[in-house]
Amino acid sequence: MSRVSSKMALAVKCSDTFNADACMHCGVCTAVCPMGIEMLPRKLFRYVQIGLEDKVKENISTIYSCLLCGMCAENCPAEVNIADNVRFLRKYINENEFNLS
Amino acid sequence: MPLPTKDILGILADNLNQRKSVLPISSAAATRWAKGLDLPKGGKTVLYTGHLYQLIPIIDAMSGQMAKFEDSALTKYFGLGRNVNKFINMTFFMGMMASKDEQKDYDRMLRNIALLLKKADVDFGYLYGEELYSGALVYDEGVDGSFAKHAQRVADMFKKNGVEKIITVDPHTTHTLRTVFPEFVKGFDIEVKSYLEVLAESGIEPTNQITDDLSLHDSCVYARHENVVEQPRALLAKTGAKVNEPRLCGKNTHCCGGPLESLFPSESHRIAGNRVEQLKEAGGSIATMCPICLVSLRKAAKGSVKVNDLSDTLAKAYGV
Repeated sequence: MSRVSSKMALAVKCSDTFNADACMHCGVCTAVCPMGIEMLPRKLFRYVQIGLEDKVKENISTIYSCLLCGMCAENCPAEVNIADNVRFLRKYINENEFNLS
Repeated sequence: MPLPTKDILGILADNLNQRKSVLPISSAAATRWAKGLDLPKGGKTVLYTGHLYQLIPIIDAMSGQMAKFEDSALTKYFGLGRNVNKFINMTFFMGMMASKDEQKDYDRMLRNIALLLKKADVDFGYLYGEELYSGALVYDEGVDGSFAKHAQRVADMFKKNGVEKIITVDPHTTHTLRTVFPEFVKGFDIEVKSYLEVLAESGIEPTNQITDDLSLHDSCVYARHENVVEQPRALLAKTGAKVNEPRLCGKNTHCCGGPLESLFPSESHRIAGNRVEQLKEAGGSIATMCPICLVSLRKAAKGSVKVNDLSDTLAKAYGV
């Protein structure tokens, strides 16, 4: 069972970087991603938005395997800044999981 | 086992914190390219290399070793490696393994750029051994604390030297300084332009018409983040070279795979292979404008098609 992490939910809420509110789950990002990772980025962002930290941590290698190439954001009809969101997740994991800042 | 993300990022951040670069190189290796060019030291406008071109031969030697570790039981020793690296600069040994021919190759590209700027009558200097790496990789990996401290050091270096304009040579350094620094360094307002932008604005004219047949690979960072799309095309249009656009080009360019080299080498090579196929379909030899794209695509092409830095083509046509 996944548990909601208030710590992560708060970090996302207080962040001026992470913002996926405009995402309408159309899937264009997944379709144009050169990596072809189904998780990136919309499923992952949904886990973040509802505070499922365990699920996010299960996908650490996915988070670091994003190329930050920006093809997704370039084609996102809702103009979500996807690479910035991925970078926010790296920062969160670096600080809370890897003890790196 | 995949390569251990935590330990690799730790080594890169430790290096940046302790030695002011993710992969610290000697001042001689960083400035060797400028030998004999008589570039003035400092000045209001400086050519800032950010060390990326100089680092590629070392990264190349290193990534060959890293790829052997991927999926090997030896990955568990990376934690130990991180501890050793705190006391001994392991990049120094990797630098010794770098190919001399490759170093000459990348040094020549920087010389091309400096000579093109001179030809365009741009008045600029160079900070030589004082120049620091930009911090781009640590920013991308989200190690923001280390990046913020380093960005301040880099900004102080420019301020101390009275720099008012910076000319960059690669997309990652351009983006880091122009777009990221103002978010991290209070009051950072130095004008930053890529050499391609400076040359395109200068009105420089070619001295030779060339017959090169090129498949142009746009850098993701230049095209999507820094709006550098038209400038290389405008410079090439005057030269007579035939420019072929791949199916994915301009703002919709396809990544070279390079950003994954340090953590996921085999995935990086897969993406590079896909891009090489697209560029081959367009026809001609491949021209890149980023040293990371260059090394990634060259490796993936395995000699099946020539891959060159755009500065080589421009140097030939503009007579430097």
